[in-house]
Amino acid sequence: MPLPDIIPFIGLGWSDVLFLLLGGVVLAAAFGVVFGRDIIKSGLFLILTLGALAGIYVMLGAAIVAGAQVLVYIGAISVLILFAIMLTQSKVASVKLAFQTQVVPAALAAVLLAVLFGLAFGSTEWGSTVFTDTPAATGTAPVAAALFGPYLLAFEIASVLILAAVIGGLYLAMEPKADEVGEDLP
Amino acid sequence: MSQIAGNLEPYLVLSGMLFAIGSFGFLARRNAISMLMSIEVMLNAVNLAALALGAFIPSLAGQGAAFALLIIAVAAAEATVGLAIVIAIFRNRKTPLVDEYDTMRQ
Repeated sequence: MPLPDIIPFIGLGWSDVLFLLLGGVVLAAAFGVVFGRDIIKSGLFLILTLGALAGIYVMLGAAIVAGAQVLVYIGAISVLILFAIMLTQSKVASVKLAFQTQVVPAALAAVLLAVLFGLAFGSTEWGSTVFTDTPAATGTAPVAAALFGPYLLAFEIASVLILAAVIGGLYLAMEPKADEVGEDLP
Repeated sequence: MSQIAGNLEPYLVLSGMLFAIGSFGFLARRNAISMLMSIEVMLNAVNLAALALGAFIPSLAGQGAAFALLIIAVAAAEATVGLAIVIAIFRNRKTPLVDEYDTMRQ
C-alpha cells in the first residue's frame, strides 16, 4: 500500500518534513559548534552539521556533491580539525571564557547579516523557479559539462592550489631543527 | 505538492541563517580552531545557496554543483594551511587563544 502524498494531520508532504528535520538538525548543530564550551564537542557538532547538509544536498538532486561532502568534509577536514584540537589543547590553559570581549557587537552584526539576507532574498525576483527533479537534470552529466566546459581553467587552478596548500602546510607545520636555525642568514 | 521543499526561498533562508551563525562564531570565539570551524560553516552555507540556485533555476543546471565542488576543493586547501598556521603559532606561544597573540602590540 503506497503512502499518501500528504501526511494527515500536518498537511505537509514527506519532502517538507524531511527538509524541516534536516534543516533543524543543521541549525541546531551549527549553534552547538558556535556556542559550545568544549571544543571537542564543537568539532563533533561540526560533523553533524556537515552530515545533515549532505542530506539536504541529496534532496536538491546533487548526489555527487553530497558524496564529495561526506568524503572531503566529514572524512578529511573534520579529522584534520580534531587532530589539531588534540595537538593544541593544553590542560594548563583550560578555556573558561569561550568568547572574546566583542561578543555583543559580533551578535549584533550576525543578526543584522541574517536580516539583510532575508530582505535580499525576499526582494529578488528569481524568475521561473522550477524544481528539475528529473534524472536528466540531476545526474552528473550537466555537472561534468559545466566543470569541464566553462570552468575548466578554475578546475585546473584548484588542483594546483591543493598541491601548493599541501606543500605549504607541510612546511608550516614542520618542526624547525635547532642546529639549522640561523645557518642560512648572511 | 510540497509547499516548503519545492520552493527556492526556504533553502536560501536556511543558507543565510547558517552563514550568520558562522560569522558570529568567527567574530566572537577566542580559540583559533573554533574560528576555523566557523569558516567551514560559512563555506557550507555558500555551497547550499549555490546548489539551491542550480537546482531551481533551469539555466543554471549543473553550474551550481560545479561551483560547490570547486568551493569544497578550496575549503580543503584553506583548512590545511589554516590548521598548519595554528599549530605553528601554538608551538611558539603555547596557547590557541587568539587574543593572547599580542606581540606586535607591545
